Amino acid sequence: MIQHDALIVGAGLAGQSAALAAIRNGARDVAILTKVHPVRSHSCAAQGGIAASLGNSAPDSTESHEFDTVKGGDYLSDQTAATILAENAPDTIYELEHMGVVFSRTEDGKIAQRPFGGHTSPRACYAADRTGHAVLHGLYEQVMKAGVKTYSEWYMLSLVIEERQCRGVVVMNIDTGEIETIRAKAVFFGTGGYGRIFQTTTNAFASTGDGAIIAYRAGIPLEDMEFMQFHPTGLYRHGILASEGARGEGAYLINGKGERFMERYAKERMELAPRDIVSRAEQMEIDEGRGGEEDGGAVYLDLRHLGGERIMERLPQIWQLAYDFLGVDMIKQPIPIQPTAHYSMGGIPTNTDGEVVDDQENSVVRGYYAAGECACVSTHGANRLGTNSLLEACVYGARTGRSIARYVSNGASEEGAEKALKDAQARAVEYVERVRAMDGPERTADIRTDMKHAMMHKCGVFREEKPLQELMGELQELRARFERASVMDRGRRFNTEILETIEMDHMLELTQVVAAGALARQESRGGHARRDYPQRDDQSWLKHTLAYRQEDGTPALRYKSVEIVKYEPQERKY
Amino acid sequence: MSELITFRIRRFNPESGEEAYYEDFTFEPPNPEATLLDCINHIKWHIDGTLTYRMSCRSAICGSCAMRVNGGGQLVCNAQFQDYLDENGVVTIEPVGNMPVVKDLVTDFSDFWNKVHSVNPYVQYADEDAERSNDGEHRMDPTDFAKINEASTCILCGACYSECVSYEADRNFLGPAALAKAQRLVNDTRDETKQERLEALSEYGGMWDCAHCFACVQACPKPVNPLYRIIDLRREAHKEGFHDNNGSRHARGFVEIIEESGWLDEAKLPVKSVGSVSEFVADLLPMGVRMGLKNKYRPNPLHMIPGRHHPEIPKMEEVKTIIQKTRLDKEDETAEAEGEADHG
Repeated sequence: MIQHDALIVGAGLAGQSAALAAIRNGARDVAILTKVHPVRSHSCAAQGGIAASLGNSAPDSTESHEFDTVKGGDYLSDQTAATILAENAPDTIYELEHMGVVFSRTEDGKIAQRPFGGHTSPRACYAADRTGHAVLHGLYEQVMKAGVKTYSEWYMLSLVIEERQCRGVVVMNIDTGEIETIRAKAVFFGTGGYGRIFQTTTNAFASTGDGAIIAYRAGIPLEDMEFMQFHPTGLYRHGILASEGARGEGAYLINGKGERFMERYAKERMELAPRDIVSRAEQMEIDEGRGGEEDGGAVYLDLRHLGGERIMERLPQIWQLAYDFLGVDMIKQPIPIQPTAHYSMGGIPTNTDGEVVDDQENSVVRGYYAAGECACVSTHGANRLGTNSLLEACVYGARTGRSIARYVSNGASEEGAEKALKDAQARAVEYVERVRAMDGPERTADIRTDMKHAMMHKCGVFREEKPLQELMGELQELRARFERASVMDRGRRFNTEILETIEMDHMLELTQVVAAGALARQESRGGHARRDYPQRDDQSWLKHTLAYRQEDGTPALRYKSVEIVKYEPQERKY
Repeated sequence: MSELITFRIRRFNPESGEEAYYEDFTFEPPNPEATLLDCINHIKWHIDGTLTYRMSCRSAICGSCAMRVNGGGQLVCNAQFQDYLDENGVVTIEPVGNMPVVKDLVTDFSDFWNKVHSVNPYVQYADEDAERSNDGEHRMDPTDFAKINEASTCILCGACYSECVSYEADRNFLGPAALAKAQRLVNDTRDETKQERLEALSEYGGMWDCAHCFACVQACPKPVNPLYRIIDLRREAHKEGFHDNNGSRHARGFVEIIEESGWLDEAKLPVKSVGSVSEFVADLLPMGVRMGLKNKYRPNPLHMIPGRHHPEIPKMEEVKTIIQKTRLDKEDETAEAEGEADHG
């Protein structure tokens, strides 16, 4: 059995921030485990920026950042969490800069900042349009420097929690196919999101929500899973992200008739309204027949007026992406785009120290931590503002790393749990062997395609009772079909087919949690828009969803209150 | 129904005990604009689930899916199959070169990561605490940012190592991506160890062992242009006075020789590169003789006598003026580094 004081699962911004902070605050034996090499983590795909009220381009304040975040989240944010986020932002950026992260600069050499949707001041610090890549590689430089033990291309299979104390995880070495148990005093999840359950998504193939579902299966509830963010500018049909930074630099959104349609939906902020509002506006334009392209399924991001020089300086990556994937030169032509599944506001519930909490009273599960997209501390509430995700991963990743350092240094227990860990390993071995032996007539790929299509069309930008009910039934059928799926690769070494099949198992369970939450929530708030309940309903629904796994695998929903501190909910206008 | 296409894929199963082989998959492409990765996924998901490869972001930023396509290293997610079909409708896909194969298109990146690790790939301060400070940002002039902008776009995908002839010839060569990372840190105004870095990078296996074949520039999917970053390093090394090595002497000797006669007198270059006649006799001459004896090259006797085989240049003064002007314009010895790269 492998043993560490702290095991960090996932090596994106949250995981690497947590590992570094834990080490810098005195934790001695910290290891990282990730199913892809750390620099392949999906944080690298973030483009437009990371928020902090540095005030380098215009006056700004942490209060303003805090309020924008809460308002952007349609008042579902836990406000202390949003305050911590905003207040820690400037120091976090300065620390990243000192670590060596490469940022674009202003003429006077400061970190450059650009406007972003829902932020009332230009506070997106950026590295051209590859900010996530810059921060991820900057953190990884420090991980290399610190010589952190890294299990790269190891896949987590299960989490062991016994008597509300985390004991460790069961994992597979992908290269050898061997299954091992890692005992740890503290386990941290920074395992990312699950955009892959939707047909069109900006997310990587790796974004299959493994961490969230593994927690759920270990008895941890999942919070606010119905709140999925659809990014307004995914490349048409591909879903590949075209940064909001484009609109931050002044790009327009136009419909098939060439109109700047945001005038009808957010007269003041126009293209720089929050993402939920812009995506709904686009979907309405498309649904009402004002879309473009042959099937009318797209609207356009128009950068032509920015000029080639500015585009190539500030947005070189998305120029290349639009050119490579759509054959469009955005200097000369508008790019066809569409709303695209992008970010999950919900996840594993935590308190502001990153400790996982598992009930309505926020009781702590000892030794278990989470941050980043897989977690829900709830800074983002019902809708995350652009550039707050990288920030949240860094601020809460590091903050959680510090809690882990305190926990493992203060005599956290590592005794016992032998039996629980051994049993978990035996179950994992049996599970993997069952997957390896799958020999039915169905193809996993076909089931996945149908699942993604169903989620996109019945639980997408707009939702409604009847389609959601149909969806619940379809998901059950998909689950039954999956039981009859097959695996061709029976080998042990580097068996990616087994991994994809396990990921599919995870996603099928996640879809039920998302759909059940969406069906139950009879209001429209942030990223959750119900055609049949178009208004926000604070009287009945100003509360977080908690989905618990029942014996039969279906979710039971409970609710917990939202922490309102400074900002009473008010009408949200842009 | 669209035309069938064939992906000829190099397969290797470490558990079968069999040698690597090529397998043809012939299928209808998933759509006319499909990327190479879409096609490979189509094979895995609909034809043969055992096909093994890495991929993740499918937008050319995570660096997982470098492979060799029709003989050249590149990513497969950002390129359409249409552009790679040969006259028989075939695309050949192999694992990236210069790395051991684990299974099918998955290779072992250990040495790649070792090389990246070995250049101290992080900003180093004289005072260690500076790294953890959050005491405001350093100022960095936009022109200084421009010097590290390209290198910092590297996604560490390994496509450049796949095609690097210097790395193929000698595994001690740091290779394009590690040297690009090194260039970023040498030119990063926050770093306070430039001298130590340049000294280490001037050693065997470092910046001077690149053969300037440009294969990395062609393979690189991002605007890193690794060879140009190696040239940046050489410029810095010249500027900072790191002259005491064969590479630097070779580059400067190159210019000196041209300045003398207007011609590249190749007989003089080896002596200048190693530094002295005695080193030439001890080090290079025996190798030259051995190479001659084994027919590795056929020495032209005329070229072996310094100063004998080139006629005099009529406007020699103009050559000198060009060289002096270039020196004055650049104020450093850029000309040497560039001249050398072009020579390669």
